[in-house]
Amino acid sequence: MKYNFGYLIDLIAVITEKELKVRYKSSFLGYLWSIANPLLFAMIYYFIFKLVMRVQIPNYTVFLITGLFPWQWFASSANNSLFSFIANAQIIKKTVFPRSVIPFSNVLMEFLHFLCTIPVIVVFLYIYDMSPSISWLWGIPLIGFGQMMLTYGLALMLSTLNLFFRDLERFVSLGIMLMFYCTPILYSVDLIPEAYRWIIGTNPLSLMIVSWRDLFMHGTINYTTLSHIYLSALVMMVVGVWVFNKLKFRFAEIL
Amino acid sequence: MTVAIEFKNVTKRYPLYHHIGSGIKELIFNPKRALSMLSGRSYLAIEDICFQVNKGESVALIGRNGAGKSTSLSLVAGVIKPTSGSVEVSGRVASMLELGGGFHPELTGRENIRLNATLLGLRRKELNKRIDKIIEFSELGEFIDEPIRVYSSGMLAKLGFSVITQVDPDILIIDEVLAVGDISFQRKCINTINDFKSKGVTILFVSHSMSDIEKVCNKVIWIENHKVRKIGDSKSVIAEYKEFMQQ
Repeated sequence: MKYNFGYLIDLIAVITEKELKVRYKSSFLGYLWSIANPLLFAMIYYFIFKLVMRVQIPNYTVFLITGLFPWQWFASSANNSLFSFIANAQIIKKTVFPRSVIPFSNVLMEFLHFLCTIPVIVVFLYIYDMSPSISWLWGIPLIGFGQMMLTYGLALMLSTLNLFFRDLERFVSLGIMLMFYCTPILYSVDLIPEAYRWIIGTNPLSLMIVSWRDLFMHGTINYTTLSHIYLSALVMMVVGVWVFNKLKFRFAEIL
Repeated sequence: MTVAIEFKNVTKRYPLYHHIGSGIKELIFNPKRALSMLSGRSYLAIEDICFQVNKGESVALIGRNGAGKSTSLSLVAGVIKPTSGSVEVSGRVASMLELGGGFHPELTGRENIRLNATLLGLRRKELNKRIDKIIEFSELGEFIDEPIRVYSSGMLAKLGFSVITQVDPDILIIDEVLAVGDISFQRKCINTINDFKSKGVTILFVSHSMSDIEKVCNKVIWIENHKVRKIGDSKSVIAEYKEFMQQ
């Protein structure tokens, strides 16, 4: 069945709205949690790495949050996507609609949370005597769209596979933790010994974090890096869509 | 006369997936057994079923529990695919496959109406126009803004059916959901279904209430033991079915 574009937009809006409502139904502080959580982590890391271990990175707080906030978008999307079909078993078993909308709403919701954290970054920039740059206007959509594709491709794959192989949850949470330390969030790329640089260079997530940080802290965009992000995002999308299309007709049976 | 739904030699076999539950440990230590379990066990829900429903007809499916009625409806709705054979459906399908199906327990009645109506294909603009009618039909009063986990089964049926009244399907599927509503609401539903009928909507109906079926449908498909046993006009098939069930 073909769906027209307007209907898809309506569907995405309604499902995202539903996900937001379900998540914050019983929490008083609501979406503030999405800022509080990475901020708290930033505080912990600041204490450990700046005050205790005395890392020599200037403006370390800004350095941390400009990496942590986009990371949070990616990691929460990947984690939540595992359960996105399972949590929506009721509507998948009983109604027909493009199922790919559900993980997309998930990624979109985390993206909205990420947008809410940008004012926090601005505040910290001013605290450290820096200011937002005009290049944010095109930089945020450019990198944001790349990350959106990359994350959605992964989310589509994880949400599908987790239906058939529930052990995946464990692997994913371990994998995400591993990736967190393999990505220059707590440290800068030039701190890594030359011999291990390839770990960072081959990791699309680190390209992404570095791009965000350059944009937020210096207002610069490296278009070569950006093209690499888009390339890996495209690959991820193709894989995700392929896995999803292979298995989508069996969702209603297995749930 | 155009055909709305056509089943050609449809067989549906469900693999019994719960064997994968043991997960990776089994896969590593006993790969042969794990894999044979994956392919081996299955459950035959319907076998070699053929029937046709013309546009504008209203047809009931009857049969024992577990005979394959709901599987057939799910196939028409397009939620699952047949293992072999083909299911051809022309037109938009709106389905009410289960009590509270397509609802989220934490959301309020009103929020669920928005969700469910959108899933059934209603556009946002249309929905905003019709939501008052839906709420009015549901007779839920103040409960419309309560989360539906506190609803009784009768209230859930009312909510579900009220959404159906405001979508514009070509084919309407109703699976055993009227039974829990009170008599006056049931009458209202039957009237609504008959309204759809007069608009030329094809109706596929599952119920264990033979009198409801006689009120709505002119054709009955009797499924016994995963196969079609008899297709014919309601009166004669129902009579035979009742006799058969008394044995």
